[in-house]
Amino acid sequence: MILPAVTDALPAHPVPPLVAELRDVARRFGDRPALDGISLGLARGEIVGLIGRSGAGKSTLIRCLNGLDRPQAGRVIVAGQDITDLTEAQLQPLRRRVGMIFQHFNLLSSRTVAENVGLPLKIAGVPLARRRDRVAELLELVGLSDKAAAYPQRLSGGQKQRVGIARALATDPVLLLSDEATSALDPETTASILDLLQRLNRQLGLTILMITHEMEVVRRIAHRVAVLDAGRIVEQGDVARVLLAPRHAVTESLIRGLVPELPADLRAALVQPGQGTEPILQLDLVGDLARAPVLAWVQAATGQAPRLLHGGLSDVQGQPFGRLFLALGPVDQTRVQAVLARLRAETLDAKVVGHVRTTH
Amino acid sequence: MSAQLIELIGKGLWETVLMTGVSGALSFAFGLPLGLVLVTTDRGGIYENLALNRILGAVVNGLRSLPFVILLVAVIPLTRLLVGSAIGMAAAIVPLTIAATPYFARIAEVSLREVDAALIDAARAMGASRLQIIREVLIPESLPGLVSGFTVTIVTLIGASAMAGAVGSGGLGDIAIRYGYQRFETATMLAVVAVLIALVCSIQWIGDRLVTRLAHRG
Ligand SMILES: Nc1ncnc2c1ncn2[C@@H]1O[C@H](COP(=O)(O)OP(=O)(O)OP(=O)(O)O)[C@@H](O)[C@H]1O
Ligand SMILES: [Mg+2]
Repeated sequence: MILPAVTDALPAHPVPPLVAELRDVARRFGDRPALDGISLGLARGEIVGLIGRSGAGKSTLIRCLNGLDRPQAGRVIVAGQDITDLTEAQLQPLRRRVGMIFQHFNLLSSRTVAENVGLPLKIAGVPLARRRDRVAELLELVGLSDKAAAYPQRLSGGQKQRVGIARALATDPVLLLSDEATSALDPETTASILDLLQRLNRQLGLTILMITHEMEVVRRIAHRVAVLDAGRIVEQGDVARVLLAPRHAVTESLIRGLVPELPADLRAALVQPGQGTEPILQLDLVGDLARAPVLAWVQAATGQAPRLLHGGLSDVQGQPFGRLFLALGPVDQTRVQAVLARLRAETLDAKVVGHVRTTH
Repeated sequence: MSAQLIELIGKGLWETVLMTGVSGALSFAFGLPLGLVLVTTDRGGIYENLALNRILGAVVNGLRSLPFVILLVAVIPLTRLLVGSAIGMAAAIVPLTIAATPYFARIAEVSLREVDAALIDAARAMGASRLQIIREVLIPESLPGLVSGFTVTIVTLIGASAMAGAVGSGGLGDIAIRYGYQRFETATMLAVVAVLIALVCSIQWIGDRLVTRLAHRG
């Protein structure tokens, strides 16, 4: 379904490739820094995951992007406009171009679903008849047309978040800010909300900044991830790269369980290389290469069939990714080098993580 | 019950309803904005202004701590100025309004404060102005509390209006004092009490019904 262009009451500015940007933003509460030199750009059509532990500064960061919070230093640029020094009144038109959804939905209990969804339009001064048409479209978009007259109290959590999403999209924003939008939902409902956000991203080209403390959410829909810790971005990059090769301890703790690790019993059995041992190869698989005949390549280089010790495949944004642990058998060092060279020639990431005694 | 008594009480009832109705409407009209100012000028409010907040709070508390009988006498000069006389129904409306306004303002303040700050955030994120936040969020979201608080205010006003009977305001209180207290007409007294109870109960019932409808919503 295609949504019509920006409602007439709202001025249509051209949007530059970077939908929003934070430049060296700092925010203190008292003398505690909540944000400490944050620089982050959001490209048009991108879903960026912002992940971090509780108190890392995620909400503070996202609130700087629509002026709900103000940095003490740095610049905030949204839709080509520097909003850092705007007054509350000057921020109002800008906020109509930035939608926001919340962990606890924040719907008005005194209004029906349709009235909640139409509220941003009412605030923007859109006349009732046009509002009604737009609300009908939005409810259809999120699959809640039959609930238009219901009050939020009657809805499930997932339905409430759909109302929140429809409301956030009412004024046709260029950017959607999501602060833990799925944290209050069960896994199945979370999946359906993430699917909806992904669909909106693809159909409308909507740029989304998703705050979460669950890497699983990032894995499912984000194109890029930034890891926030104690007010600093300690790591950012492509989701598969960050998952497979985290560079920071916080990232490692956040991704635990999403990428296979060497099981504890094998780790305990690692020995020095030498007579009667065999190397264990860790092999990271991303994208199309994950479906290549990698085991045959290994076998061709070592002359024997590798044994699969542990591992798993999952997907990032519909692309396969995963990690395998292979026992190569009692092969000499030159063969190991040959395997690594062969795999790296295919741009696969592989390394020997240790040796175990051969069992035969 | 004689036709005369019925007529007497009917007239008294009408006067009581008029007195509490007018002073109730006035105290709503002054008290709601006052309650809004008390909430929005407090720390973290959308019109934060702590000096104004403290001053208004003190004035409201001061007025509320005055017993109504004292207020009734104390505002006589003002009453004369406003309605030209210190006796009668119009004159009673002045002290009743002055007493009920801060009373309702505090009740309204409590209801308005219960509105989740996250909803105000959501409205700000939509681009709402401060007046729009008040009109579209604060008032509609606290409406059940405001209505039930207004019901309490009206019931309290009925009681106070009976006390105003002491200054010849007319109404049921006036009848009770003149016939029941000064002339020992027990039957009249009982009839007045019965009508007052019925009046209070029906107002409370209407208020409760309204609150239930507003709170359940669909
Ligand atoms: N209004 C405020 N006043 C004082 N301190 C605040 C305020 N808002 C946030 N902080 C502090 O700033 C830091 C970052 O808070 P923030 O809410 O941004 O964290 P978060 O990453 O969103 O955490 P969570 O996952 O728990 O929501 C915390 O130490 C918090 O206590
Ligand atoms: Mg938060």
